[in-house]
Amino acid sequence: MHEDVFALWVYLARSPLLWLTVTILAYCLCDRIAAALHRAPLANPVLMTMCLVGGLVRGTGTPYATYFDGAQFIHFLLGPATVALAIPLYQHRHMVMRSILPMACALIAGSVTALVSAVLIARLLGAPAAVVISIAPKSVTAAVAMGISGRLGGDPALTAVLVILTGILGAIIVTPLLDRLRITDTRARGFAAGLAAHGIGTARAFQVDPLAGTFAGIAMGLNALLTAVIVPLLL
Amino acid sequence: MLLSLGLILLCQLVGEAIAHATDVPVPGPVIGMVLCLLLLLARDQALRRMPAELRDGTFENTGRGILSHLSLLFIPAGVGVVQRLDVLAGNALAIALSLLVSTVLGLAVTAWVFHFVARRLHA
Repeated sequence: MHEDVFALWVYLARSPLLWLTVTILAYCLCDRIAAALHRAPLANPVLMTMCLVGGLVRGTGTPYATYFDGAQFIHFLLGPATVALAIPLYQHRHMVMRSILPMACALIAGSVTALVSAVLIARLLGAPAAVVISIAPKSVTAAVAMGISGRLGGDPALTAVLVILTGILGAIIVTPLLDRLRITDTRARGFAAGLAAHGIGTARAFQVDPLAGTFAGIAMGLNALLTAVIVPLLL
Repeated sequence: MLLSLGLILLCQLVGEAIAHATDVPVPGPVIGMVLCLLLLLARDQALRRMPAELRDGTFENTGRGILSHLSLLFIPAGVGVVQRLDVLAGNALAIALSLLVSTVLGLAVTAWVFHFVARRLHA
């Protein structure tokens, strides 16, 4: 009996179906929990799912490459989802056009602040050069950040992890922080979420308000461009 | 639905091709987003001659469908954390403080500058 179960596990563990199913169902569960907790910032569905699935992958001794064989079908959708951000952008285009100047100023100020503060703190606390380079592009969407980090001698896989952690952190902090700073402008709140916390911040912004999500999507795109230009100049 | 999905993928494909051919530091999907926006604006210019799927809101709904679970799409990359636990643990303080402080500052400065400029311009 025990051997049969083991044989079945060996068979299933190698098929992409297992980890694809686990990822989707774990997310459904965690999203339910987040909804039951009234979407409280700390009950972040990405963080909860990552811990659950990461724990399962590690606990079963599954190599990440095997996990990714299944999960890549979900990962692939990041590209089309980025393209689809054009749809809310199109729907709110008049509002966006009216906000061009505040967006441009906020983009430059916020992007430089996030970048310089991250690099300075990591350096001061004695992180090795490769880690500092890997941290620099962490506010930017994963694909771009990994490209920047790889070109400058960082560790793209570490950058991907730092990007996700930054996104989760930003998505958790943004609502309480901006409430405390009494910034009520939905556009400003969304723009900040997308700039500092890329797609995960954008996902959070869409949960709160579609207009905030739209501005978050724009900020994510613009910051990817700006960071790619300034990181090589700065390091 | 299928045509909408195909067009979204086409925008990404052309975006990737442009990114690859020109060496601009913008990811293909972001260029694809701009192309998709242009596509929607072009559609409005010749609305009557467009296929029904592009006129009846199906395209918009397909896009919203993909976006409605944006959080899920980050899980596969996020689980990659299991590969780098040693580096994270070895530089835990530097990484934690750097991410935390820069995220708080980045959020606050961005939102505040946006708010300040918008109020000045009454935008």
